[in-house]
Amino acid sequence: MYVYDDFDHQFVRARVAQFRDQVARRLSGELTEEEFRPLRLQNGVYLQLHSYMLRVAIPYGTLSSRQLRKLAVIARKYDKGYGHFTTRQNIQFNWPALKDLPDILEELAEVEMHAIQTSGNCIRNVTADHFAGAAPDEIADPRPYAEILRQWSSLHPEFSHLPRKFKIAITGATTDRAAVRFHDVGFTMKKNDAGEIGFAVHAGGGLGRSPFVGFELRDFLPEADLLGYTEAILRVYNLYGRRDNKYKARIKILLHEVGRETIRDEVEAEFAQIRDTALKLPKADVARIAAQFAPPAFEALPEVSAIETAARAKDPAFDRWVAANVAPHKAAGYASVTLSLKPVGGVPGDATADEMEAIADLADAHAFGSLRISHRQNVVFPHVKRDDLPALFEGLVAAGLATANAGLVTDTITCPGLDFCALANARSIPIAQAISQRFADPVRQAEIGPLDVKISGCINACGHHHVGAIGILGVDRKGREFYQITLGGDAGVDARLSDSAGPGFWPDEVPGAVEIIVATYLALRTSRAETFLDAYARVGLAPFKAALASEEKAA
Amino acid sequence: MQIVTANRLIDGRVVFRDADGRWVESFAAAAVLDAAAATAALEAAGRDVAVRLIVEPYAVDVISEDGRLAPKAMREKIRVSGPTSGSEAAAHAALSRAA
Repeated sequence: MYVYDDFDHQFVRARVAQFRDQVARRLSGELTEEEFRPLRLQNGVYLQLHSYMLRVAIPYGTLSSRQLRKLAVIARKYDKGYGHFTTRQNIQFNWPALKDLPDILEELAEVEMHAIQTSGNCIRNVTADHFAGAAPDEIADPRPYAEILRQWSSLHPEFSHLPRKFKIAITGATTDRAAVRFHDVGFTMKKNDAGEIGFAVHAGGGLGRSPFVGFELRDFLPEADLLGYTEAILRVYNLYGRRDNKYKARIKILLHEVGRETIRDEVEAEFAQIRDTALKLPKADVARIAAQFAPPAFEALPEVSAIETAARAKDPAFDRWVAANVAPHKAAGYASVTLSLKPVGGVPGDATADEMEAIADLADAHAFGSLRISHRQNVVFPHVKRDDLPALFEGLVAAGLATANAGLVTDTITCPGLDFCALANARSIPIAQAISQRFADPVRQAEIGPLDVKISGCINACGHHHVGAIGILGVDRKGREFYQITLGGDAGVDARLSDSAGPGFWPDEVPGAVEIIVATYLALRTSRAETFLDAYARVGLAPFKAALASEEKAA
Repeated sequence: MQIVTANRLIDGRVVFRDADGRWVESFAAAAVLDAAAATAALEAAGRDVAVRLIVEPYAVDVISEDGRLAPKAMREKIRVSGPTSGSEAAAHAALSRAA
C-alpha cells in the first residue's frame, strides 16, 4: 500500500497542529461557532444528534493491520469502544469530545491516517473496488490512480470551496463493485485497441433526493490525461454549478439542467486548453506510485486446495461461509474473503475495538496484514491462501465474525439513521436488525441467493436505497416513522434506479413486506440460477407490487 | 410545554437547561416551560453560547406519556434516551447505569 514520504508526514502533522490551534481558539472564545464550524468540518468533525462525530478517511478503503489496531485504540481511549464503517469506505467515531480531537488526529497521523476532506464542499475520499489488486476480472489495480487523484485533490486551492461535495470512484474490473455510475465522477479502467490503459469516464451520477445514473463523458480517456480531464470537469462544475440552492448544487443537477452534451462540450473545451500542461501524468510517476501497490509475493499453488475441499465436505457451516464470503482471486490457490459486519441482530458496519484487534491479528496471520473496507460496510481480506481458509474461519468463529451472508439478504447496507444522524427522519438500524432476525437462517439465505437490501433513514440516501434490489426509505409521516419500499435497483454495470413498490409500511410491518417480496421472487424464479435482479428484469414490478398491495389491504 | 436543550461545547454531549439555568445531562432535571418562559430561556441560552458553554440551543415540545414527561418527537426521544439499537444501546444503557 502507499507509504507516506517526508512531505506527506509533514503535511498531515502541519494540519493536526493547525486544527489543535483552531480548537484551542474555539474553546478560548477567539473563534465563534460560526467561524469554527467550517474549520471543524474540513477536519471531518460533525455535530450529530448526540455528540460530535469524527469521520476518518480510509483512502480507497485500503487499510493495514497496524492502522486498524490504531483505530481500535482510538475507539477504546476516546470513544465508546467501537467504530462504524461507512458506505464510502471510511470509519466514523460517534462520541469523541471536541477537546480530544487534536489528540485523536495526532494518533491517526502516527499511522498515516487523517480526516482531511471527509466533509465539506470539496473532493472527498476517492473510493475503489474493494477487491482491487486481487480480482480476476481486473485490467489493473485502480488504487494507484485513486492515490494520484487523492494527492492532486488534497487541499487543492481551486476546489476547496466547490458548490457542493464531490465524490469520485474508480474500478479496474469488469464487474462494478464501486458503484462508479452513481458518483459525481466514476472511472472504469479499460484498454484500447493498442492495449493501452485508460478510463471510461462517467459524470453526474448520484443518489439523494434527485438520483441519476451517471452519463458517459468519455468512452476512453488515456491514462496520461487522468488529472487534466478531471480538472476540466471540476472547473466546469465549479464555474457553472449552482450555489443558490444546496439541493440543486451537485454536478448531476448541472448536467440535468444545462444538458449533458452541453456540459460534455464545455469539459472538452476546457480540457483542450490544459491537456498538455503540468497535469499530464508522466509514465514514470504512475509507475513509481503503482510500485507501492505491488501485490505480495504469491506462492505457486494449484487452483484447487485439497485442504479447503476436505474442510467443506466435513463442515456445512464452513461450506456455507466459503460459498457466500469467499471470492475468486487472480492468483491460483488464493481467494479474497469478506468478513461480514452484519451479524444477526447486529448494527451493520459496526466493529468493536476488540473485534478490530481480532481482525488485525487474523490479517497478520492469514492475509499479509492487508485489509479493505467495502462500501457495503464489510471488511475484506484481499489475499488469503485457500489452504488457510479453514484456519481463518476458525479464527473468525472465535471472534464472532464468521457470519456467512456476504451479498445475501441480511448483508444490508444501512445508514446510521435517526439513531445517530441529525438529518434523518427515521431509524434505519432497527429495520436492518429486524430483517436480519427474520431471515437469520443461513440455509434459507443461501437458498434465496444474492439479494441487496439497502436502507436509508432519509432522502439523502446514504444507505443507497435507490440502488438496492430491495430499497427501504424511512420518512416522517405525521410524526411517525414510515418506510417506503423500492425494487429493482442495481449499483453495478447494469446501473438502474429502483421503482416505487407502493405507499409504504409502518416499522413493524417492514420485515413482513420483505418476506412477501422474497416469497414472490421464489415463486416466480425459473431456477436458483435466476437471481432476484434477473427475475425482476424479466417480470418487472407488477407481481411484487400486487403482492405488497394485498398485504397493505389486509393490514 | 417545552424544555430547552443544546450540546455542550467541550464534548458535544446533549444537555438540558434546568430551573436554575444550569446545563445538565438529565432530561428529568430539565425545566418545563410555557411558551413565554421558553422564549426567555432561549435568550439566556444564547448568552451561554456566547460564553462557550453550549452550542445550538433550541426548544423541544414535551408531553405527558404514561404519567411521565417525554419529548413529543421521535428524534428528541432518541436524543434523550440515546441510540435505540445494538451495541450502542447496550453501551449507553451501561453508562446510564454507571452514572
